[in-house]
Formats: sequence, C-alpha cells, structure tokens
Amino acid sequence: MPGAGGLDRLREASRKHSLLIASLSTVVFIAILVAFFVTAPGAGRVQDAFFSPGDFADSASPVWDGFVINIELMLAAEAIVLVLALVIAVVRNLPGPASFPLRMLAIAYTDFFRGVPLILVVFIVGLGVPALGIGWLYTRNPFIYGLASLALVYSAYVAEVYRAGIESIHTSQVAAARSLGLTHGQSMRFVVVPQAVRRVIPPLLNDFIGLQKDTALVSLLGVLESARQAQSYAAVTFNFTGYTVAALYFVLLTIPLARLTDYLVERDRRKMRALGG
Amino acid sequence: MTGVPANGAALLLEDVHKHFGKNEVLRGIDLRVAPHEVVCLIGASGSGKSTLLKCVNLTEPVTAGRIFVEDEEITSPRIDPNRIRRHIGIVFQAFNLFPHMTVLRNITLAPRKVLGTPKAEAEAQARDLLARFGLADKAEEYPDRLSGGQQQRAAIVRALAMRPRLMLLDEVTSALDPELVGEVLGVIRELAESEMTMLIATHEMSFAREIANRVCFLDAGVILEEGPPEEIFSTPSNVRTQEFLHRIIAAGRL
Repeated sequence: MPGAGGLDRLREASRKHSLLIASLSTVVFIAILVAFFVTAPGAGRVQDAFFSPGDFADSASPVWDGFVINIELMLAAEAIVLVLALVIAVVRNLPGPASFPLRMLAIAYTDFFRGVPLILVVFIVGLGVPALGIGWLYTRNPFIYGLASLALVYSAYVAEVYRAGIESIHTSQVAAARSLGLTHGQSMRFVVVPQAVRRVIPPLLNDFIGLQKDTALVSLLGVLESARQAQSYAAVTFNFTGYTVAALYFVLLTIPLARLTDYLVERDRRKMRALGG
Repeated sequence: MTGVPANGAALLLEDVHKHFGKNEVLRGIDLRVAPHEVVCLIGASGSGKSTLLKCVNLTEPVTAGRIFVEDEEITSPRIDPNRIRRHIGIVFQAFNLFPHMTVLRNITLAPRKVLGTPKAEAEAQARDLLARFGLADKAEEYPDRLSGGQQQRAAIVRALAMRPRLMLLDEVTSALDPELVGEVLGVIRELAESEMTMLIATHEMSFAREIANRVCFLDAGVILEEGPPEEIFSTPSNVRTQEFLHRIIAAGRL
C-alpha cells in the first residue's frame, strides 16, 4: 500500500495521463475534420469563396456595421420580451371566471406565435401591417417591423418559460401569502414571481441565444444588418467571405452568453444539491 | 344579517361539511371557541383537523354549514376573504416562509402591503416580536440559514405581526426534529399565557394536555368527544377516543 506521498504522486500521474489523452484526441479529431474538407473535390473553390483572407479584411468593417444593428435589435427585443412575456404568463394565471376571456387570449397568443415560423411573421408584419394604412402603425423604418416580429414571437416562447417557473412555485407559498391577507395580485408580485424569475433565468437566457441569431431574419425586410451587409458584399465582389465574417460575429457573441447560462445552471444544481443534502 | 347565534364566541362553527368530490372530510362539525380560549384538536391523520383549520382560514370553501368569527359570518358569499384572513393567523406544518426574503421582510411584508403600516414602524414591531421570541439576531438572515425550530418561530412571528384575533396552528411541530420541538412549544405556551385565542391541531398529546382549555377528538370528520384535557386524556368516554389514546400511549407519545 503506498503512503500518502505515493498516493499523491499516483493521482498527479493519473491527472497528467487524462490531460494527454484529451489533447491527443482533440488534435486527431481536428485533423480528421480538416482532412475531410481539404480533400473534398471543391475544397479550393470553397476556400476562395468563403475563406479568402483579402475579402475577410475588406468585408469585416461593413459587416460589423450591420452587426451593430443585430445587437441593437437583440437588446431592444429582449427588453420588450422580458416585460411582455411576463404579462402574458401572469394573465394566463389569473384566477376566477371573470378573467376567462383574458386567459383564453393569452393561450391563443402563445399557441399562435409559437406555431408560426418567424420568417413568416417577419413577412406578414413587415409587409402586411404597413399595407393596413393605419396611421399610428405605419413607419418607413423596417427596423421597427423586424423588432415587432421578434418581440411577438419570442414573447410567446418566454411566456411559457415564465409560466413553467410560476407553476413550479409550491402552492404552500401561495397559501402562506394568502393566509396573511395578501391578494392574488400581491401574492404573485411579492412571493411567486420573484422566486419564479430566479428559477427560469437559465432557460430564459437559452431563448435569448435563439433570439440573437434570429435577428438575421430581419434582413428580409431590407434592414441593413450583418447578413444583409454580407449579401451586398457578395453581390458586388462575387465572394461569400462576408457570410463567414457575419457567422463569426454571431458565434463570438453567443459564446459568452452560452457560458453564462452553463454557469447559472451549474450554480443552481449545486445549490439544489446543497439543500437536498 | 339573519340570525347571529355567535353571541361573543371568538369562533363558531355550525354544522360544517367539507367534501372533496365524493370524499367527505368534514361531516358536520359544531365547535365554539370562546375569546382567550385554547382549543386543541386531536385525532389520527386524515381525521379532518387540517381541513377544518383551512376552512376557518377560508383557504378551502365549506361545502355546507356556517362559520362565524366574532359575530360575523365569514362563510357568507358577500364576504371579502382577504379582509377575514388578515385577522386570522395561521401557522403551517412546513413553516412556508418565503425563501427569497430575509426573516425581517417575511414578517413585515403583510403589515406593509396589507395594512399599510409604514416601513419603519413595521420593522420596529417585527424586531420587537423577534426579540420576544429569541430571534433578535436572525432578522437579516434568509430562512434556509435557520434551523427548523427557528424557522417555525419566525413563521409564528410573521403571523403575529398582523395582530390576529385568532391563531390557527396546524401540526406546527410535526416537521421538526425532536430536540427542536420544545422551543416551538415554548412560544405557543407564551402565546397562551398572553391570552391569545388559539385553535391548535396537534399530535403532541402531553402538550395538548398542558396547554388546552378544551380538547376535541376528531374521527372521520366529526367531533366524537370534547371536554377538558384531564377528562379526555384520563377518562375518555367514547370507545374510539379510548382506542386512539391507547395507540398513542403504545407509541410512547403520551
């Protein structure tokens, strides 16, 4: 039997061994991947069209200008979604027969906007709403219609996330709040919703990663965001490297958010385990 | 209002029935609790003790019968249940503190939002109550940092902060480790000494014997026997009461 020092050395050796295997398998994996693309019959053409260093440098700036609009869309849509979705979720949980039509409306809303593909909502809102000829709904700015489409669709998703959170709060919490004389609204506001929101932050961020990517669909209305800028670049130069640049920007924006989500999920799990133990 | 038979009772139940679908949980409860009286409800699990308390708190609507609190029929459909619940404190088996709030906020939430007490005043009252029940240093803690006994005492303080005219205690020591039961019973004892009117559902027979002015034995949704604790625990007249107490004694709980 090894002594304490021997055991430590053994652990250290085992750790180094694992690290070596992980590094080796990563290198082999990437090598296979690269080989697959490089040996493809059209490898040279794809490299020229999508990965041309010169075009990378040239398109980086205009695509970035477009990407700023993606970020603006994302932030504005998220702000609206956070509020609108919560309103829908709370309405869906209203008690009593008098609120039946409101509950129905909330259910119809979520069913509809979760069911219709975002690309269709973008077209219908972007082309249909201005055609209505209603003064206060009309704007020449396609950004607004794109933003409205994103907010409408993602509010339906996020409302369901909130609802799951609200329903996960044990009824004994509501019983305690109501027994103190708090009304249904006060119980929701001070007791249920604050706990529910905390619980759904990870899945909520997950939906926001989806929203972030889907801002590119607004290009269909002619908003000069990154995908549209890449398209313009391609139209002029017959080179698609601008799309690669746009993809890279999106990934770079997504990674921190994804890691933050992972971190929050892991923290929650640890907390639950600590409480369970 | 027609026919007010309450004449000074803090709480009066008249032929109260409660059905959950086909399941009759309460089958005609008549009960009168005088001001400053402490009434203990004993009986096996499922005998209807908790449901009775929930009906008094208007958490569960009664199927039939009437309940009066200080001459007001609270089972009347014209009643605003929120107003009634303000004046009836209830403490649950599982504490049900709000985990996202400090103890102090747990206690001040209802006085501030329901009664409109200014924040400083509500907090001063809460701190007084916490000090009275040995929790002065726990005001800023979150519930999950407290022991079960401390949580239950905080839950009692939360109910008291509304200055209730009547306290309902629903098996408040059942979820506690045995060594923590004493501190919670001590708090209830103090409430009894301060002449709080209380209706207590409990499995702690020796405690019921010590603290109750009257003990009611519930069985299958009816009060089979009631009387002073000495009588119920020493010379129960009903066979079912005798059987129940024998089982309790056999389990070493009396």
